[in-house]
Amino acid sequence: MIEPLIEIKSLNVDYGLGDEAVHAVRDVTLTLHRGEVLGLAGESGSGKSTLAYGMTRLLPPPGVVAGGEVIYHDPERGPYDVLSLTNSELREFRWAETSIVFQGAMNSLNPVHRIGSQLTDAIKAHDPRGSRQAREARARELLNLVGIPGDRMESYPHQLSGGMRQRVMIGMALALEPKVVIMDEPTTALDVVMQRQILGELVQLRERLGFSVLFITHDLSLLVEFSDRIAIMYGGRIVEQAPAKQIYTDSLHPYSAGLLGSFPALRGPKRELTGIPGSPPDLRAMPTGCAFHPRCPKSFEPCAQEIPVLGVPDAPGGSDRTVACWLHPVR
Amino acid sequence: MTDKTGEVVLEVDGLSKHFPVRRKGRELLTRKARSVHAVDDVSLTLRRGRVTAMVGESGSGKSTVARLLAQLHKPTSGEIRLHGKPVDTRGGRRFRSYVRQVQMIFQDPFGSLNPVHTVRYHLSRSLRIHGNTGGNLEEALRELLTRVQLTPPERYIDKFPHELSGGQRQRVAIARALGANPEALLADEPVSMLDVSIRLGVLNLLRDLKERLNLAILYITHDIASARYFADETLVMYAGRVVEGGDSETVTQNPAHPYTQLLIDSAPDPDRPARADEVGGEPPSLIRPPAGCRFNPRCPHVMERCKTDLPPRLEIGDTPGHWAACWLYAEGVAKPAPVATGEAAG
Repeated sequence: MIEPLIEIKSLNVDYGLGDEAVHAVRDVTLTLHRGEVLGLAGESGSGKSTLAYGMTRLLPPPGVVAGGEVIYHDPERGPYDVLSLTNSELREFRWAETSIVFQGAMNSLNPVHRIGSQLTDAIKAHDPRGSRQAREARARELLNLVGIPGDRMESYPHQLSGGMRQRVMIGMALALEPKVVIMDEPTTALDVVMQRQILGELVQLRERLGFSVLFITHDLSLLVEFSDRIAIMYGGRIVEQAPAKQIYTDSLHPYSAGLLGSFPALRGPKRELTGIPGSPPDLRAMPTGCAFHPRCPKSFEPCAQEIPVLGVPDAPGGSDRTVACWLHPVR
Repeated sequence: MTDKTGEVVLEVDGLSKHFPVRRKGRELLTRKARSVHAVDDVSLTLRRGRVTAMVGESGSGKSTVARLLAQLHKPTSGEIRLHGKPVDTRGGRRFRSYVRQVQMIFQDPFGSLNPVHTVRYHLSRSLRIHGNTGGNLEEALRELLTRVQLTPPERYIDKFPHELSGGQRQRVAIARALGANPEALLADEPVSMLDVSIRLGVLNLLRDLKERLNLAILYITHDIASARYFADETLVMYAGRVVEGGDSETVTQNPAHPYTQLLIDSAPDPDRPARADEVGGEPPSLIRPPAGCRFNPRCPHVMERCKTDLPPRLEIGDTPGHWAACWLYAEGVAKPAPVATGEAAG
């Protein structure tokens, strides 16, 4: 039983207005299902963070959502479009239904407040009538949930290590039991050992509490291990979307293959690796046709002319995967 | 050119660096001074035409080692020898003659190039200061850019840093280091700020330069898989000490020290099913590091001896030159059962 939880339908996000607008996210259609971990991979500038901020309406100006819909399937109230919520509805929606763990949690905690008061703040904003004791008990419970002793409530952020601060952020994101947790590069500032601990905890928490995760990162090898499905972005568009195992064993888009080939392997035979030649496209001057074609080893005539459409490929093994590449015409 | 591959360029013996901690409160009245033991007793050798990787978590002291080697910090104790002679960089002239031979590449190409100057300025400064223009500056500039594969050179020479991508900027930083015509390069996380798809391009460039110019490279990284790919020899640092060293393939395939095993187990690996048994804990405080082996509070194989005595370098015996600072490999200790990593490799 896979029900959709958030459906993003042809979302467009621009920076700036009019002719000078930079199209950071173009025509993205993506579905996050209940209880799944959806990985969103891409290089810097591919629009993955912009997509996350656009769908939660957190975009700072000059970012503008230029079109599309974000349908949230509320189990109690039925589906509604997040993009058309009023300010007060949005206030209710945020943190209670979706929460975000930002990139560089080191800096997202306020350095002059104790972590206890920062945790209770979010709870108080959504439930002003609850008692102080109840809020504090809840905050303590959240800290325990992410593996931090409750007596750390009185600590200031600088008294915690990077890994602990990141855990506090995850705990805070879970404060109101949201259905969706968006994680924007939550572990890039951490060491591999700490990264594994935190992701391991996250996977366990998801099993216990049953929320969905949209996991944004540039580290594809991490996603293959931790997520159920992976969407790969390039130049503001989704170029391939498939179950994690399929992306790893049998990726269709040359960019996905290139990304996978950019990580030196720790085990197995040593191979000569090349990465992907060239550099990511400039969003102000996008190549015509498929944005990847100047770097693509397999590009041919249609690539430079027409933008490939994301669709179910005419290839074996895939009704639950989509790809946007002229090599794999849409069925 | 005579083949000098393998010749020792830079040698370090028992290098330590302690940073003083500001005293506060009651400590002001005592004579006791506290310090951060950032690097303790590190020894390493850089050879021509070889890449030595130094792997460790952030805060393990690996960047401090690079800065000590670049003479940006003064070591608390220990000796640095260039071509067998102890290094003395007191005074500007002696410092310059040292940096002519040992150059450093920094992690962040966005911060290491001056945004108000062009590529031409950065490179010609490096060439002029080190007297390597060879009479024709234009020609020398052109050659530098070609060496780092920024071709055609005319397209890049008058660009400002903000007009270049991250990978191109890092190439300019490498070209600037090469402008001094060095014998050793200290690369402090040269690719970790770059996009995934262009990292390998920069690493392959460095390897190519190593081969053509017979450079000795110290490659500092937190990514042990890239050390396996790029380096001939790998040293693993933990909490300011080198805990294991040897040929890269051996260190990554048969890690001996429990910390190296943890590091390798933690690296993302799609081929391996997610495991539940995790070693917890965090690196220790370096102001008051644990007695004995610094890994002992987190080590799954900890013994009484680990908490009191500092383990020396002990030969593992599987390949020559592979050693670990771990009491498990001392005489008369039952060897631990092979850890799961080794089996998963098959």
